[in-house]
Amino acid sequence: MQIEVIVNLKKIKMEVDANEFLADTLRKYGILSVRKGCDTTCCGLCTVWIDDKPTLSCTTLSFRANGRKITTIEGVHKEANEFAQILVAEGAEQCGFCSPGFIMTVLAMKNELTNPTEETIVHYLTGNLCRCTGYMGQLRAIKTYLGVL
Amino acid sequence: MKTVGKGISKIDGMSIATGKPVYTEDLAMANCLVVKLLRSPHAFARINSIDTTIAEKLEGVECILTYKDVPKQRFSLAGQSYPEPSPYDRLILEEVVRYIGDEVAIIAAVDEKTALKAMSLIKVKYELFDPVLDFEKAIGHASIVHAENDVHCNFDIGMKKDLNIVSSHKVEVGNIDEEIKKCDIVVEETYYTQANAHAMMETYRASSYLDHTGRLVIVSSTQIPFHVRRQLAKALQIPASKIRVIKPRIGGGFGGKQTSAVEIFTAIVTLKTGKPAIIIYDRKETFSCTTSRHAMRLSVRLGADSNGYIRVVDIQGLSDTGAYGEHASTVFSVVGDKTLPLYNKTTAVRFTGNVVYTNKMPAGAFRGYGATQGAYALESTVNLLAEKLAMDPTEIRLMNLIKEGETCLTYNGKLLGSSTLHKCIEKGKELIGWKERYPAQQIDKNRVRAIGMAVTMQGSGIAGIDTASAEIRLNDDGNFTLLIGSTDMGTGSDTILAQMAAEILEIPIENIIVNAADTDISPYDPGSYASSTTYVTGMAVVQAAQDLKRQIIESGAKFLEVSSEEVEFDGETISMIKGEGSVRLEKLAEFLVLGTGKHQLVGNATYGSPVSPPPFIAGFAEVEVDKETGKIDLIDFVAVVDCGTVINPKLARIQVEGGIVQGIGMALYEDVKFGDKGKLLTNTFMQYKIPCRKDIGNVQVAFEESFEKTGPFGAKSIGEVVINTPAPAIAHAVYNAVGVRVTSLPITPEKVFMGMQNRINF
Repeated sequence: MQIEVIVNLKKIKMEVDANEFLADTLRKYGILSVRKGCDTTCCGLCTVWIDDKPTLSCTTLSFRANGRKITTIEGVHKEANEFAQILVAEGAEQCGFCSPGFIMTVLAMKNELTNPTEETIVHYLTGNLCRCTGYMGQLRAIKTYLGVL
Repeated sequence: MKTVGKGISKIDGMSIATGKPVYTEDLAMANCLVVKLLRSPHAFARINSIDTTIAEKLEGVECILTYKDVPKQRFSLAGQSYPEPSPYDRLILEEVVRYIGDEVAIIAAVDEKTALKAMSLIKVKYELFDPVLDFEKAIGHASIVHAENDVHCNFDIGMKKDLNIVSSHKVEVGNIDEEIKKCDIVVEETYYTQANAHAMMETYRASSYLDHTGRLVIVSSTQIPFHVRRQLAKALQIPASKIRVIKPRIGGGFGGKQTSAVEIFTAIVTLKTGKPAIIIYDRKETFSCTTSRHAMRLSVRLGADSNGYIRVVDIQGLSDTGAYGEHASTVFSVVGDKTLPLYNKTTAVRFTGNVVYTNKMPAGAFRGYGATQGAYALESTVNLLAEKLAMDPTEIRLMNLIKEGETCLTYNGKLLGSSTLHKCIEKGKELIGWKERYPAQQIDKNRVRAIGMAVTMQGSGIAGIDTASAEIRLNDDGNFTLLIGSTDMGTGSDTILAQMAAEILEIPIENIIVNAADTDISPYDPGSYASSTTYVTGMAVVQAAQDLKRQIIESGAKFLEVSSEEVEFDGETISMIKGEGSVRLEKLAEFLVLGTGKHQLVGNATYGSPVSPPPFIAGFAEVEVDKETGKIDLIDFVAVVDCGTVINPKLARIQVEGGIVQGIGMALYEDVKFGDKGKLLTNTFMQYKIPCRKDIGNVQVAFEESFEKTGPFGAKSIGEVVINTPAPAIAHAVYNAVGVRVTSLPITPEKVFMGMQNRINF
């Protein structure tokens, strides 16, 4: 079937199977920052925004995105770079494979939470797994980025 | 120092953080065949018949391979220097399948859907055997996991196939039986360490194609490109010169990618079809059909005198390697190698035991590589001994631990190099608040907070075996290319190796292009494992840079028509020490490659160390246990590290934090479980819980630098040692909280709760 979506502000017609997931469709159409880590909605690697809400694309059927606005890290280049620089300055990207999904969640959190505390930050990001860094460096980077003491 | 010791950001940091297409899947050709594997549903069986005729007729299917279609040459997937100590006990596909998930057929099709459809059309009939599932019953089991006659061992590792024993190990110095009699106190305990999954975020994957000269090119998320090349050559029976292995960015490894899970399957498809192919394991396959940490049973007996001096350390082990013997003997021997040297007031030490085959997913290399299992068993027993002697557990360690310049029974007269372990303990006590908070504090009616501790050592590379080479080229524009074969898997090793080269050459790190790793281009390196890259490849880089610097000085002097003693090089200019003459580096570089009779400068070095200097850690855990439920919360973990000189404090800190959190996972949550028919049950992140942000409390890291004179700028390793202390330190803290000594990992609320009931009852 064909769907029409707006990916990073660009209207695209996509050919998808009825049982195809959005993460696979986006990769098929060249959005390679989107990655699958678990296939079971556990790890957060595949996080993209659908209508500005962070969504796990590995378990979202592609046709569900029909007519909607999809944002990936390629579409928020400036904000992502700003945070990534702080993250990298902490050394907290390590293998980097989970970073795009993680950064999309961090940016969504920034939009969504007012005056977040360490506790609310940790809670918001619980679904984003990372096996390399031990999370501490990521937390330091987020606190610097958001100016949380 | 200008560059070494600085917290420089990773050279690839921004690209990988912002999702640039730099990983294996991103780089695969668009028209790759998709490779899928039909797997055995039985733990132990022989394939009586396999019918692929219907599947092959499906449109879009390119090839289906069974055991009839592959070379009959046994090999090992263990990434180890040749000759590998792991047995050659595998075929690419075999008539006999040895665990649930073992490969039965390779299917390549135009897309995933077609490949899966074809898979469902293959008809297999099995003759079932009684599987060996309990590793404690493997020796002497009626079933023999590897009954075939062509298993080959490069060394005598003590294999007794008929008894399901892969390897036997024994180290004994002194007379245990005599010395134990002289001890005033003897304590003994048996521990079980579970299998763990690496759970790196990027699952196993590789793609392959034939290049313009018909050579086989593999792009793989691997820690061991040179070992992969050698394994493929052997398994496929083609010359290694016909194979090229490229390692792009890797999404984590932790030792998992020191065993080649997938390369052989995509490689054979490309060889058979001539077409590019890709294989990507999903998370379920990654959990069920690759490797895990070796599960072990370790019995520890310690003897001490009444003053608290440990005189006897006696460890007996049994290790479960699963269906194939990758890293079987070496992981097991490391249990002893990294425990027996620690306490050196001993008069007799012994480590002995067997590694057995079972019909389960194979075990393999995993960060810590046996030292982790050993540390949990030994350190838990040292804590038990301290209690029996009514000694502070830090004091018994300060009295008994080996110090810099001392020897121990297993070192055979050789002396320990650098160590600040005693300082690490003192520092850790301060940071955790040992004086005020040891052993425990009641928080309210139900909750108790308590602390515990442990120490550990690892190695830095494999002494006398693993050897790395490095090349640094002075480019025509005065910049440099550093060529290495080590495999940065996210650790930042490409960056710290560039820091070392920049330091020697006195140039900014930005002037260095790092190229790693590609077997066509890189000089030989075994790969990044065994905590070797900083120490072994690092020394090769230092020496290559020194070699190039010498050549730059010589060439500059020749250009200035003076002797090399008369000039100096400051990273930018070669100048006469006395006098006015000078030439800028970029000018010299250009001069060296343009025109006739020229010679481009390349520094190179090959380095293998005769020693493997241990890094050390003192780890301290504070837990809160709910006495009503047994629930354990980790409040604080303090790790004080001696890794020699810290080359990059920022990247080293993250390595420590990440390793500690993996160790916390092993201590409290992670458990690879099998059903009663041998099926792996924990095959998603829902069943196999790795720590999330809420599970870890606070992790504090401090360094007590030593100077290791055999290492680059005084550095030792850091990658593995960081995972060893959480399990014993947390077990100790839990005991101090509620008096329950958990001797099998992970330390679950259920075990703690049941322990409390028993303690109350008895």
